[in-house]
Amino acid sequence: MTTPTIEKSRARGGASAGTGGDRKGNDMTTAPSTKRVSLTRPHHLFAWVLIAPAIVLFVFVFIIPIIYSGGLSLMGTAAGSSAYGVREEVFVGLGNYAKVLQDPTFWTSLGNLVVYAAFLVPIMMLTSMLLALLLDLPRIGLRAFNRMAIFLPYGVPSVIAALMWGFLYVPEISPIYQLGEAFGLQFPTLLRGDLVMTAIINVVLWGGIGFNTIILYTSLQSLPKEQIDAARIDGCNEPRIAWYIKLPHIVPATILTGLFSVIGALQVYSEPQMLSSLTPAISSTYFPLMRVYRDAFAHDDLNSASAASIILALATVLLSLLVLGGQRLAARRNA
Amino acid sequence: MSTTSRTEERVHEDRLARERLVRSDGDRRPTPKRSTPLVHKLGGILPTIVLLIAVVYFLLPMVWVLFAATKSTGELFSTSAFSFGSSLVDNMVALFEYENGSFSRWLGNSFIYSIGGALLSTAVSAAAGYALALYQFPGKKAVMVGLLAGVLLPTITLAIPQYMLFAQLNITNTYWAVLIPISITPFGIYLSYVFARGSVPQELLEAARVDGSNEGRTFVSIGLPLLFPGLVTVFLLQFIGAWNNFLLPYIMQSKSELSPITVAMFLMLNRGGSEPVLYSVAIAGALVAVIPVVIFVLVLQRFGRLDLISGSLK
Repeated sequence: MTTPTIEKSRARGGASAGTGGDRKGNDMTTAPSTKRVSLTRPHHLFAWVLIAPAIVLFVFVFIIPIIYSGGLSLMGTAAGSSAYGVREEVFVGLGNYAKVLQDPTFWTSLGNLVVYAAFLVPIMMLTSMLLALLLDLPRIGLRAFNRMAIFLPYGVPSVIAALMWGFLYVPEISPIYQLGEAFGLQFPTLLRGDLVMTAIINVVLWGGIGFNTIILYTSLQSLPKEQIDAARIDGCNEPRIAWYIKLPHIVPATILTGLFSVIGALQVYSEPQMLSSLTPAISSTYFPLMRVYRDAFAHDDLNSASAASIILALATVLLSLLVLGGQRLAARRNA
Repeated sequence: MSTTSRTEERVHEDRLARERLVRSDGDRRPTPKRSTPLVHKLGGILPTIVLLIAVVYFLLPMVWVLFAATKSTGELFSTSAFSFGSSLVDNMVALFEYENGSFSRWLGNSFIYSIGGALLSTAVSAAAGYALALYQFPGKKAVMVGLLAGVLLPTITLAIPQYMLFAQLNITNTYWAVLIPISITPFGIYLSYVFARGSVPQELLEAARVDGSNEGRTFVSIGLPLLFPGLVTVFLLQFIGAWNNFLLPYIMQSKSELSPITVAMFLMLNRGGSEPVLYSVAIAGALVAVIPVVIFVLVLQRFGRLDLISGSLK
């Protein structure tokens, strides 16, 4: 009964002896030789035990569903040969893919997605960089409060953000329109026609800028203070410090957060889905993922929904790899 | 060995002293390039104004919802946006009585998914990240490439393939249909890996081994405590992610008694199209649904190690 406690206290001693290398050395020399063998003994088994849950779940949650719906995407239903005309599963090859690619609503939704991402990601990243650099300036008033206020929307579920903004887009309710009226301005109604894209982009920007800003701001915090002080002593002003020292420093973090923004943008779903219950301007096939949902659940066509999800997933992964590859290339050229 | 380190030390001290000299010198001497007092002052005011405009934008919906939740649907359309209405209590009562008191159940479901999912995924991430950071084993490289490439997977898009498989296995319409997919997050594994690499020294493991501690005990009594700050961050990120999840529970659960708050609010607003009275209930619901995550976000900002994500971990 006493041995475990002794061992435990020793293990603790080891843990706290990060700096006391001497004591560790002593332990090593006095330890019986059998224990020294354990140093070279491989610990593969334990590593596999630790990693097994992740691998099992990864296979079950990602690999098998991809393979399964890959299989589904190659199947289709046809009137059976039996007398009652029962529909049965038949192999149709790439037929579902052809069907998806020939459907004009697929291309419309993809076009919407491209416009959405092309506006969303650059605006999101540039705003986040600007806000992070501003937050990092010396002599900023209310720094902690500003940081908190900017980060707060990250915690708001996208569905709730869309609900709140949805009401803020209604002129009779919205303080923005009321304020405009007070100054004799009439803002356009965003929930109508093509402007609805602006409405969606605004909701996502509102929810996403805060997280990216805080990540970039955190990255700025790791910049050595001496470097900035030295630049200041040399007479470098704050905008120049931001441009020549801080900006290059946050490039890696910007690429990482930008990559996540791209992946997120291509999967946009909850915001438009929520807003669509307030406006007819967002159709049930407005974005690709909404179209996939309609195929799978409203049309009960799992085969073509599978084909469309696989096209969308492949496109996302390819685009991410392109972004990463481009970044590698740029890094190598700089080096 | 000791002499070289001593000279190195002296050189270092010299450098420090010189730096101190330069710095104090620079403080005293007004540099010619230094900006005039006016520009100097503007340099502090202008950025603060820009930031405050951003703050107003980010706080606007939250402040508005605080006012709007006090209004009846009639007052919503007729009174000024930033004035209090008379129906806060009525709205809250209507909210918690909606569909025979389902709202508290949906809130509870959100907590089950968020706490359960965050605990599971933090545990899975901690174990995998620790193993990848501190052990050499055959096949490690392949596992690493596979799991980390998973960061690029479009997880929301994959919810529909997951639904198809889960429907086949009859696990849709259970809590597990949502908990299983969110219990594995390649990004959480990546964060734990980065944190473990930076905070658990390899020598410590070897010392524990020499002292006769087995691998499992070393992980629990040495590894986990050192990993704790990183795991808190992973937990908070996963909690917020799960609380905000919409598509996954939306397609996995067809029974509303398993819905989290996000799905319930969507269905409520959807019905509001034909019953506008529900608008004030939905706004009250939005206010209640936001409170728990706002608290978690504040905790995350205070205690989270966000330097993990920005890649600036030292």
